Formats: sequence, C-alpha cells, structure tokens
Amino acid sequence: MITYLGRRAFHSILSVIGLLTLVFFLTRLTGDPSALYLPLDSTAEARAAFARLNGLDQPIYWQFLEYLRDLLQLDFGESLRQNRSAMQVALEAFPETLKLAAVAITLSTALAILVGSLAAARPGSMFDRIASLISLAGASAPDFWVAIVGILVFAVGLGLLPTSGTGTWAHWIMPTFVLMLRPFGLLVQVVRGTMLSALASPYIKTARAKGLPRQKIIFGHALRNSLLPVVTVAGDLATSLVNGAVVVESIFGWPGIGKLMIDSIIQRDFAVVQSTILVTATAIFILNIAIDLLYAVLDPRIRY
Amino acid sequence: MSNATNPILKVEGLTVDFLSDDEPVRAVDDVSFHVSRGETLVILGESGSGKSVSTSTVMDLIDCPPGDIVAGSCLFDGVELSSLGAEARRNINGRRIAMIFQDPLAYLNPVYTVGRQIEEVYESHGAGSGKDARAKTIELLRRVGIPEPENRVDFYPHQFSGGQRQRVMIAMAIALKPDILIADEPTTALDVSVQAQILDLLRDLQRETGMALIMITHDLEVASSMADRIIVMNGGKVVETGIAKEVFSNPQHAYTRRLISALPHGNAAEAPNKRSTTIADKTLLKVEHLTKHYVLASGAFSSKRTFKAVDDISFEIRRGETLGIVGESGSGKSSVARMLLGLNEPSSGKAVFAGENIFEMNEKRLMAFRRKVQMVFQDPYGSMNPRMRVYSIISEPWVIHRDILPKNRWKARVAELLDLVGLLPEHADRYPHQFSGGQRQRIAIARALASEPELVVCDEAVSALDVSIQAQMIDLLAELRTRFSLSYIFITHDLPIVRHFADRIMVMKDGKIIEEGQTSALFGAPRHEYTQSLLQAVPKPKWLTQAQ
Repeated sequence: MITYLGRRAFHSILSVIGLLTLVFFLTRLTGDPSALYLPLDSTAEARAAFARLNGLDQPIYWQFLEYLRDLLQLDFGESLRQNRSAMQVALEAFPETLKLAAVAITLSTALAILVGSLAAARPGSMFDRIASLISLAGASAPDFWVAIVGILVFAVGLGLLPTSGTGTWAHWIMPTFVLMLRPFGLLVQVVRGTMLSALASPYIKTARAKGLPRQKIIFGHALRNSLLPVVTVAGDLATSLVNGAVVVESIFGWPGIGKLMIDSIIQRDFAVVQSTILVTATAIFILNIAIDLLYAVLDPRIRY
Repeated sequence: MSNATNPILKVEGLTVDFLSDDEPVRAVDDVSFHVSRGETLVILGESGSGKSVSTSTVMDLIDCPPGDIVAGSCLFDGVELSSLGAEARRNINGRRIAMIFQDPLAYLNPVYTVGRQIEEVYESHGAGSGKDARAKTIELLRRVGIPEPENRVDFYPHQFSGGQRQRVMIAMAIALKPDILIADEPTTALDVSVQAQILDLLRDLQRETGMALIMITHDLEVASSMADRIIVMNGGKVVETGIAKEVFSNPQHAYTRRLISALPHGNAAEAPNKRSTTIADKTLLKVEHLTKHYVLASGAFSSKRTFKAVDDISFEIRRGETLGIVGESGSGKSSVARMLLGLNEPSSGKAVFAGENIFEMNEKRLMAFRRKVQMVFQDPYGSMNPRMRVYSIISEPWVIHRDILPKNRWKARVAELLDLVGLLPEHADRYPHQFSGGQRQRIAIARALASEPELVVCDEAVSALDVSIQAQMIDLLAELRTRFSLSYIFITHDLPIVRHFADRIMVMKDGKIIEEGQTSALFGAPRHEYTQSLLQAVPKPKWLTQAQ
C-alpha cells in the first residue's frame, strides 16, 4: 500500500516534469511577449530592455535551465500582466474552479446514480424511457450553446439570474447547471447499464431468495457492485472539470483557472501559463490516485 | 420417514412459459410434486429439462415477463403462494423456504463480507440485529464447519475455497431454520471429495432440523445418495416419479432407463471397452522434469514465496495412446496442458515432440508444432467467438496454416468434418449460440480435427455436459481415435469417466504425479491412498447406506 503510493507519486512527478518541459517550449513558440506588452511604436532599445528585464534575451535552452533552477527553489516566476508571483495568481483562481467542479460533479453523480438505478430497476418503463431521453440530450447538447441560450432566456429575457460573475448564490445556478449536463447524461447511461447487468447477476437471485426488501436489493446489493465503472467515468469527467471548464468559465465570467489559462495564453504571460498547468496537473494526479484508492474501498478484491 | 399425507409443499399442474422473440416457449409443462417435513425429494434432469424453473417459480424468482406462469398451484403449508401479496411472499423467502445454488462464488455478493450477508437474513426478517445477529452468525458458521468462525466471519467470499463458500451459502439458508431447503445443483461445481462432505452436511442438518429437502441435480449418483423420493424431468415434463430405490432398480420410462445406462461409473463388466486398439511403439511426446512455479510475493521487504503448480513431472505418450490425467482443482493438471500447448512457459523441464523440445522451438517450428497438437476446452460456450459462424470457426486453422487445404476445397471439407462429428452440413452457416452444449463441443472437436493433428488435448472436455451427452462424446472421441490413429491427453477431475476410454492413467495432486498405471490395474488395485479416496468419493445409494 505505502509502496504503491510511493510508486504512484514518483511516476506522477516524472509526468509533471515532462509536461512542464513540453509547455515551456510550446508557449515560447507562440511568439515574443514584448510585442504585446510594449506600445506599437516603442523603439528597438526599449524592446531589448524589456527582453533583458524578463530574461527573454537569453538562448532558449538557457531560459529553460534557469526555469528549472527557479522551480527547485519554488520560484515560479512573475506574471508579466500583473507584476506579481505567477503561482499566487494561479492559486487564487484555482479554488474558484475547484468549488464549481466539486459542486457540479457531486450533484450530477448523485442525481445520475438515483435516476440510473431507478431506470434499471424497471427497464422499458415510462420512467426509463424519459430518463434515457433526457440523459442522451444532456450528453449531446453543446455546453456553449446551452450557456448562451440560458443567458438569453433567464438573464436577458426574464431577468431572473445574473448574466455573469460571482458573488451571490444566484451566480452559481447557470454555470453549475451547464457543467452538470454532460456528466449527468453520460453517468445515467453508465449507471443504467451496469445496474442492469448487476441486477441480472446470480447474487441478486440469492438476495431475493433470502427475502430481502426490494430497495435493499437495488441500492444495497446491485448498486454497490455497479459503482466501479461509475467511479471510473465520474473520475474522468471530474478531471476535465478540474482542468478548468474553459468555455463555461469564459462565458459566465467565472474567475477560475480555465479562464486564467486562456487569458494568459493569449497575453503570452508565460510564467502564469506554466503555473496554471503545474497546479491543475498536480490536482489531476492527486485525483487519479484518490480514484484508485476508492476502487480498493469499493471492491475488496482489489488490493495494492 | 416420509409423510405423504401431509406435505408441507404441494405443487400441482405447474406450467410456465418463457416469452422469446416470436412465440412463448414452454419451459415447464404440467409439473406436480410434493414434499413433506424430513423428506428428501430429488428432481433429476439434464440441462433444459425445466427442473430449475419449477423450483424458481416456488421461490418467486422468475421474472414475469419474460416468464409467464400459465397454470398451476403451489400450496405451501396450506397457503396458496400465488395469492400472497409481495410483502407476505418476501417474508416466506429465507425464513420458511430457503435456497442454495450451484456456483457459490457467483451467488455470493463479492463486495460484502460473508458475515454481513448472513446477518442480513436475520435483519430483514426481524430475527435479530447488531451484536445478536453477529453472534448467531458466528455460531452458524461454526455449525457448517468453517474453521475459526470468529475471524472468518469478516472475510470476503473470494477468500474462501469452493467448498467453504458452499458451506457459507448453506449457513445463510438455514439461518432461520426453514421448513424447506431447496438445493439447486449444490455440488456440481465442487471436487468429488468436497462434494461428499457437503452432501453429508446437508443430511446432518436435515436430521437436526427436520426440514424438507428438495434437491435438484443432473447427477444420478448424487441423486441416489440423497433421495427418498425422486421425480425425473425431461423436456419440461415429469416423465417418472416414485420411491428412489424403485426408480433406480426398475426404471419405467425409456428416458430414465437411458439415463441410468449412460452412467460411466457402473461395473467394468457391463460397459463396452472403448480403449485404443492400436498403440504404436513409437513415442509421440516425452515430458521430462516439467516444472511450473508461480512467484506469489517478492519484494525488498518480503522473502520470495513460490507456488509449485507443477512439480517435476515426467511421462510419455505413444502414438495412438490415450493418457488420462486425473486430479482435483489445483492439482496442476491444466497447467500441464497449457504448457504442452505452448500457452504457458514452464519454469524448467523438457517436452520432446517428434524429436524436438517444444520449449526451444522458434516461431516457425512452433507454428508447425501447434498444427499437430490441438486442444478441446472445457467451456464450449466461452471458447468460441460468438460472432463467428461455424464455417469460419472450423476453417480458421486453414487461414493460419495455408498449406493444409486450397481454398476451393474448404466448404466441402467443413461439411465433411461436421458430418464426422455427427452434425449436419447446413450447420456451417449458424452461430455458436444456436447450438446446445454437446453440439458446441462437437464443433470444437471438428475445429481441432481441421488441422489434422496427431495429438488432441482434452481439458475437462466433457465435464460441462450432461451425463448422457458425456457418454456420446466419449464414444465420438473413441471412434475418431481409431479412424485417424489419434493420441489423446484426456484431463478430468472425474476418475470413473476415463475408465473405459483411457489406456493409461496418471493421478495428480498438488502438482505431483502420485500414481500412474494401466487403467485396469489402477482401477483394480489403486495403490495410493488418494486414488482410493477418489474412487470411494463417488456417492453410494441412500437405500444401501441406510440398510447397513
């Protein structure tokens, strides 16, 4: 168990280093930041001074070595845009994303387990058909379209909800709903499928022969055995949300890490791009290890 | 003992249909039976005879749809079961009528401890909870013979052996001292020696509690060792019913007579000898010091532990000879087969086939070798690709070994092979699921013959089949042997089945050969204690043991 965690952590660190290397060189392919940060008519001397100040005059391999040296000292560089620690900028935005992702994934998973289980308990029933229809629509509706229509109807048209930003609970409704659509739709399908096969398995016959009440059979015996694939898919979806729901955050002006990442890329704020990647990658690796541990909790046959 | 005047369960005229795509299929047709307290009723039948459906209907385990109870009544202790509401019906299951099943690993929930699953019985019938239920559970596990029940109560099903799992199932079923215990093929998935223990346990429990036992089986020996009364089912109908001793000694119906005559375990004098007639002097395969170790645990902090699946075994087989390898699960018999086919690598040892060690062959030589050695697997359902037609399944070897047959002759050859194994040429266009278990095993044999092998390894090839089908398959294998001068390695856990078929028998236990000899010598005078116990583990008829 401890050796397993150690091995996973070691592999994760290797992957993060690889990822950061890739990002370092890719961002520098996007162009020279001085073109964005200095006035159009600035002189060649001013550009050179800007480059020297930010270490951009060095050869790229030298910049990389310096970046690595700074990393070891937990110095993640300065934001060009905000003139403060890039890591601080990233860490300020990340909790906003995390909150939104946690609420969306928890609600959609819980709801999907309930709806999927009830649908599987009576396959072919009216409830099952409606659940299938809604989940299919949820899984296939483009989120940007739903978001924009939502703003048009509920914010602009009816004036019930704010168009964007944060602050009150009302600000949460539309972003959460839009983020929940896809996970909910996919998870209902997964839960329904695995529950159907679990309910047809021999140990359910035993439970019925024991005279267990129906809800205990469905939510005790069948559901517990159906959770592994659900955790896999939900974990995957959570990963994509933690990564920053770029589109949804941008549309609703949610100050999360996805929005920060896009803005920094456009502005060539290299240090911030690198810091956001480091933060989200670390979070995703931790999430994946947590999912593996959850497997072992759910299924006693899995041991590390 | 039997109390026919006042049966606890009386089923009359039960008729059940299953709705399939086009029209309902009648699974159970006008079936009547009854059982009294303290009595054992055996329902004997082969797969598809409707024996499980009848009792599942009593337990309300048939889903409607697709099931449809067309007619009949189930009178339990004077109450018509179908008239009860869902809650009253649920209350009978587990409390007054309990059931155990064939494969305890599949029928126990893998994610709950066995203790939890037994406690649930008490809780759901309001017969105890918490510490009380736990104490009762531990006591129950002790009663059914689980060692150290205080610890084992918190173990999960996969941490028990097959026999122990069935004991756990039995504990769960008898928790509330039911009036009736229905046992659906309770020992079919178990080794013979374990089977005997489980049957003993069931008999003891019945004596203690006075419950009625309904036992469903396809195994005539198990049936005869347990039954007071017996009903024989075939094609959804009851074809014979009566006192067990009378049914066995004087079967009335043609089907029952056929079943009893198909018994492989009868006297040697009665059965025709199917052993090889021509055994060449030439050695076909010579195995020397074959060993397979599995590393269980190794690491910086734990010492290396190994499990010897196959432990230094040597044997040889001559052209045209049939070697039976007999052993219980875990004896290493299948590991031997897998290594000989190159499916697993041995840890050490040699196997010389036609002058060449198969473990040192290069890819090309190995291809040629694999053509000469074919395997027939145990599970005719799992070992065939469900999306391939029979034609493609049988002709696949010719796709791989291009030199066997030109493509324009494939169709004719497939028809020939199907005819050889007793199927029809038009079967080539069908899919595996459209066949019965026995027919599928015939297809598997046809596929094995397609590459014109010299040695066929049969790994429990008839174990999953009904008794009467088993006999047919052995006949077929024997006939093919004479026709193509094939050699067989016939691996089985069922010693008597190879009696009239194998020339030589090797008994394996814990990876070692513990006895080897000519078949008649081994059956006549088994030297090793284990071989003797295997022969004796075959259940004896109840009326004989009671008379003693």
